[in-house]
Amino acid sequence: MDLLDTIVRLVWLLGAAGFVFGLMRMNSPATARNGNLISAGGMALAIGGTAVLLVSNGSISTTALLIIVAGIAVGGGLGLYMARTVKMTAMPQLVSLFNAVGGGAAALIAIDDYIRLASVQSLLPGSIPLEVSIPTVLDIVIGGITFTGSILASGKLMGIISGKPIKVPGGQLVTLALALITAVAAIYLWAGNVSVPILFVIIAASLIFGITMVLPIGGADMPVVISLLNSFTGTAVAMAGFVLGNDVLIIAGALVGASGAILTKLMADAMNRSVVNIMIGGFGGGEGTVGAVGAEGGSVRSLGMDDAAIQLAYAQNVIIVPGYGLAVAQAQHAVRELAELLEARGVNVSYAIHPVAGRMPGHMNVLLAEANVPYPQLREMDDINPEFDRCDVALVIGANDVTNPAARRAGTPVSGMPILDVDHAKSIIVIKRSMGRGYAGIDNELYVNPKTGMLFADAKQGLADLVAAVKAL
Amino acid sequence: MSTELLAALTVFVLAILCGFAVISKVPATLHTPLMSGANSIHGIVLVGSMFIAASATDLLSQVLSFVAVAFATMNVVGGYVVTDRMLQMFRRKPAEPKAAAAAEPKA
Repeated sequence: MDLLDTIVRLVWLLGAAGFVFGLMRMNSPATARNGNLISAGGMALAIGGTAVLLVSNGSISTTALLIIVAGIAVGGGLGLYMARTVKMTAMPQLVSLFNAVGGGAAALIAIDDYIRLASVQSLLPGSIPLEVSIPTVLDIVIGGITFTGSILASGKLMGIISGKPIKVPGGQLVTLALALITAVAAIYLWAGNVSVPILFVIIAASLIFGITMVLPIGGADMPVVISLLNSFTGTAVAMAGFVLGNDVLIIAGALVGASGAILTKLMADAMNRSVVNIMIGGFGGGEGTVGAVGAEGGSVRSLGMDDAAIQLAYAQNVIIVPGYGLAVAQAQHAVRELAELLEARGVNVSYAIHPVAGRMPGHMNVLLAEANVPYPQLREMDDINPEFDRCDVALVIGANDVTNPAARRAGTPVSGMPILDVDHAKSIIVIKRSMGRGYAGIDNELYVNPKTGMLFADAKQGLADLVAAVKAL
Repeated sequence: MSTELLAALTVFVLAILCGFAVISKVPATLHTPLMSGANSIHGIVLVGSMFIAASATDLLSQVLSFVAVAFATMNVVGGYVVTDRMLQMFRRKPAEPKAAAAAEPKA
């Protein structure tokens, strides 16, 4: 190992340390921005070091240099443009898209590497060792699934493709067949055979599998899917690291793989469903609606705007429970305005955020932060649940299933799902357009609770009217 | 199993455990920026893409590596910029009513 090589390897190590340190700083909103900068610095070091290594090797051709520069210009420009212009509500689709290209790049590395090895080794059996062929196949399979799966998820979130679960004809059979084809092809290559066509069979099967995997998954399950695909991309990148024998790729990939895995688990737990159950689909598929009997017998109390304003204005503690419906109605600013007005009157206001409020983990927090809500007011479910007992008014806007007390009972589609204890509040106001059902397709027992008043209105308009009514007091 | 592979596997496993330890401490409030930030980290695949581009001689390899470099750079640049954009919105106190609140008059 010559001196330059050693230095660049040390620079890579420094970059990897930057990633870990940057992630550590993410544990508080106060230091997170700085953490992201440290991580970006680590990335700049790693890339800069690589560039220096390649150029001073002297072996790089002008064409290759041009390819790299052009690729960086095109990709960097696109990435910058999208990152600057994206709306915060569209964050899940952007993250999905970045997932797709990351996974795609990882898969391309393995594909290119294999094709090159195959041509150099002139297809002699056993010429590509298992140490290379195993990570190559894994990289292509995981990267390929991530690529098409993430693009499809992104399309669903953008509304280009229907967000509703779409049944794949033959469903399970197709999945099984694809898995079988991939397994046989992989074993063929691992047995020592060298074959580019077989490699392409694996590529095709993985790409198709990505589509059939995400197609049957519905909109509200997206937080799980995006986390899972994120984890996949990380793993694919780590596999690319094994293919190339590059530690910094392995470390970075492993970190992301772990982060995605944790988030996947958290999201699945927050819906009380297993990851497998979500991937296989079902929920809100039609038959689930039968389980709604619990809500019978109660009557719904409709509340006037002025009554609601008086309750809120003369309360001591108000907890706002925002759901994705709030974001759909673009009412984040309106809710912040109401909160500020109440605070000016001496009311304590905080926000109770369910882990799956939104379309990706933590999405609702970003949307409210964008609307200028200070982060100490954004409270996690476990942290705020005990406070509902002391809360005078809970204001539910655009949240449904995550507030349904039926989840505490067995035998309903939401049973066992961790919920916000909204019904423990002394009084409850729900802003909602109609008595429509949530994603789980069942009635919300909270709405027939005697403590609950329903304010039938669009979230944005309703909040604006509430603001006006509070001001008029 | 070669020494290199063994060393690489060691690094892989320890990095996963390190990831679990570090990321479990991130509060739910920051999960979106965390995911987006982690997303940018897997843009490190750009390093690998640059290597395959450097040694590409035939047209197929050149095209594949160009796409890989472009994809990876998009991942890196876009990921970090958007994460920073999100994180700067997280404030302890409401911001001065100049930038974000400009759209609507202060209550």
